[in-house]
Amino acid sequence: LQDFINWLGDTPASLTIQKVFWIIPTVQIVHILAISVVLASMAMFDLRLLGVAGKRHSIVSLSHRFMPWLWGALIVLAATGSILIIGEPNRALGNVAFLSKMGLLAVAIIVTLIFQRILKRDLENGSSDLAAPHLALAKITGVISLALWLGIAVAGRLIAYAG
Amino acid sequence: MFDRFLHWLEATSPAVAISESSWLFPGIECVHVLAITLVVGSITMVDLRLLNVNLRERPAGELMAEVLPWTWMSFAVAACSGALLFSSNATKYWGTVPFRAKMLVLILAGLNMLMFHATSFRSIAVWGRGPHTPRAAKISGGISLALWIGVVSLGRWIGFV
Repeated sequence: LQDFINWLGDTPASLTIQKVFWIIPTVQIVHILAISVVLASMAMFDLRLLGVAGKRHSIVSLSHRFMPWLWGALIVLAATGSILIIGEPNRALGNVAFLSKMGLLAVAIIVTLIFQRILKRDLENGSSDLAAPHLALAKITGVISLALWLGIAVAGRLIAYAG
Repeated sequence: MFDRFLHWLEATSPAVAISESSWLFPGIECVHVLAITLVVGSITMVDLRLLNVNLRERPAGELMAEVLPWTWMSFAVAACSGALLFSSNATKYWGTVPFRAKMLVLILAGLNMLMFHATSFRSIAVWGRGPHTPRAAKISGGISLALWIGVVSLGRWIGFV
């Protein structure tokens, strides 16, 4: 891994990012703004799954509203995150907080995809919203998802402190 | 006078504890960042509605009543955690450009909100049901979005000085 980090840090792209002082702060700001979109969207959606907020909206209507923002923002996050890694490979790769963040992110994406699949099946089976037998599952998904996204943001901030 | 206040603040026991601990500052900072992302993300939903970009089918007043309590709760958390972070090194932060600029932009965001409430918000029950927002509401939404992006940018900048 250290060889890869050294190689990446010597590529022209990395050297450019290191040399131009404003690239990293600017890209970090875009990254944080995209995280705002993800966290606010998923907080609203997860709170609805938990039955804490937005109960007058159906789960499927909020899913249609927030999922495009989630996937769109994740694309922005992947792009800006990649620039940050290329610019400072030593800071991220091998960093405990970074690796935890990627692990949590993978789980969050899988949890989201599974839940969306269950919702889609219910709709295909003629239900107007998530089917009643899946409401307990929705609550569990809400808790896990909320914890995962908050954990991802925290782990991201801790990259600056962890080694 | 104000300098004496900053020195006093730095010497209070929570401030000393935060600056001496190796994990209190990062911990509070995580809470601060989480709260700000929720403030900005939720305000963006309202701003985009005012700008007529999305959620056009939702009555604007109803959307605001539903979203803004969460924004305010998150803002309270961000303000408290931010005050704690500030107290740990008050004289240094106060002397920096991005900190002062961030406070100024926050005040401007507050004024923009008051202006909106004094003007277009009064007739939101009328225009909020339709797909078209008045020009004044669009301007308020645009200014708000720009100012909050400014708050995040300046906040990130504080960490670099």
